[in-house]
Amino acid sequence: MGCWIMAGITFREAAKKKILLTALIAGAAFLAIFGVGLHFQIEDFSARATAPFIRYQVLSAMLMVGLYTVDLLSVVMTILTSVDTLAGEISSGTIQAIATKPIARWQILIGKWMGFAGMVLGYVALVFGGTIAVAYWLGGVTPENPIRGALLVLLECLLVLTVTFMFGTWYSTLTNGVIVLGLCGVAFLGGWLEQMSGFTESARLVTLGIVSSLIMPSEAVWRRAAFEMQSPLAGSLQFTPFANVSVPSWTMIGYAGFYLVVALAIAVYHFHARDL
Amino acid sequence: MDHSDRFAIQTKSLRKVYGNKVAVRNLSLTVPRGSIFGFLGPNGAGKSTSVKMLLGLVKPAGGTALVLGAPAGDVEVRRKIGFLPEDFQFYKWLTAVELLHLHGRLCGVPRAKLRARVPALLDLVALTPHRDKRLQGFSKGMLQRIGLAQALIHEPELIFLDEPTSGLDPMGRRLVRDIIRAQRERGATVFLNSHLLSEVEITCDNVAFLKDGEVIASRDLRAMPEDEIRVVVCARKISAEIVAGLSKFGASASLEGEQLIFTVRSAEVLPDALRHLVAAGADVYQFTPERVSLEDLFVRIMGEDRGL
Repeated sequence: MGCWIMAGITFREAAKKKILLTALIAGAAFLAIFGVGLHFQIEDFSARATAPFIRYQVLSAMLMVGLYTVDLLSVVMTILTSVDTLAGEISSGTIQAIATKPIARWQILIGKWMGFAGMVLGYVALVFGGTIAVAYWLGGVTPENPIRGALLVLLECLLVLTVTFMFGTWYSTLTNGVIVLGLCGVAFLGGWLEQMSGFTESARLVTLGIVSSLIMPSEAVWRRAAFEMQSPLAGSLQFTPFANVSVPSWTMIGYAGFYLVVALAIAVYHFHARDL
Repeated sequence: MDHSDRFAIQTKSLRKVYGNKVAVRNLSLTVPRGSIFGFLGPNGAGKSTSVKMLLGLVKPAGGTALVLGAPAGDVEVRRKIGFLPEDFQFYKWLTAVELLHLHGRLCGVPRAKLRARVPALLDLVALTPHRDKRLQGFSKGMLQRIGLAQALIHEPELIFLDEPTSGLDPMGRRLVRDIIRAQRERGATVFLNSHLLSEVEITCDNVAFLKDGEVIASRDLRAMPEDEIRVVVCARKISAEIVAGLSKFGASASLEGEQLIFTVRSAEVLPDALRHLVAAGADVYQFTPERVSLEDLFVRIMGEDRGL
């Protein structure tokens, strides 16, 4: 019961502070620009009588760019909206009025996590789904395995959310944000270095990429999602940004899930053990 | 022997250390059920840390604490505990009504009961006209009052109030004082952490004085009028022998010129003390007994060098 009350209050907070509305407006603006871009490209194709095969491949690539943007937006939104929830309430003392109620600390943390997870789910569903819908509606293109891709993007966001919660039980809002963004940066760089290794055939770059993914597997989850969603032809071409010459394995995805569970367990434990 | 029926709070050698700083050294105290207990001490004495330990917000480094018969921090016992933190802060986007409903639900109060309880509490803390205003528009005093209301939402047996009158005007203080007394009337125990000694003096039944993380004295304030009486005497012809003779009344005395000040433990000895002065030849033209205020007592116990 305590968890649901906390999840509900987290939702209401996001609604009252217009966080949800702002995020949705930003998402809608993105969809609008994406749709206009797609529309212009389709008009140009029609004017030049481009071959359907080329047209389909370019529009699919544009869809992947759109989905990659959705992924980035979702991760950044997840961090920005949740970075203050524990750290801020601990430093302001707001948490004291809650933590002295007959509700266990794990319920406070899990309840808040559930609230944010629900919002992330809604956001990913709307913006990710919206992007696919716009691409299909305007250009008739769809990604391969969209559900699997969406679930992987959701896993990535939940992973980032959980890491934000974990460090939020230790550090202030600002420090927490710096740490989580830094970790995402490590994951991002590691992913691209690993990608580069496909061209340079550097085993050491592959190792560096894997180590980065072990430190923070968020980018690896996205690269798997991209691999799942791209067309077989694009996947076979090794010169697009989403060509996964070194595709993260399902073992890595399993590791990301394990990472999430461990991070959540550490967050619960440390929130329970710390002084408020 | 189980004292949990008699005492709302029992602590023994409670200790808290932050790094190499000892916040609470050795807290041993008992708070009788149904009383208003004042917890006094200078800044940095460890009052707030002690309260946080009793509420389970802060983990003790040593010692034991029983609150309503259960270890401090027990989740189930919190159903019977209310808490107003110092400088109450909460989600500013909530209205007064929403805040009370939220805290009521967190305390497990059924919705049907809350529908009657919330308006009654808003009325009690005089915030009914502001019931639908968001907290972001509240003054500090209004926040304190809504904070007090949330602490009472589930009719707790034990209420911790950390500086409940800070930020309140005289009317607000009176309101809070009346509410605290009403809680005692219904059988609740109130643990009051306050800097305002005059407030504590007229509200509390018992007080404990905390210094450097340790209870160094405690008093039953209901017995205070008979406990300490300071007498100011203006007289001529007072000799050192006359002053020394006051010791048989259990008095400690000091003489400066023609002004003699002495303290006795009971008003019953005052006529004899006066007779002693006159019989010894002093020309007494003023003899004024004064009750020792809590502030005097505080300064004496804490030492002159420590301010509030």
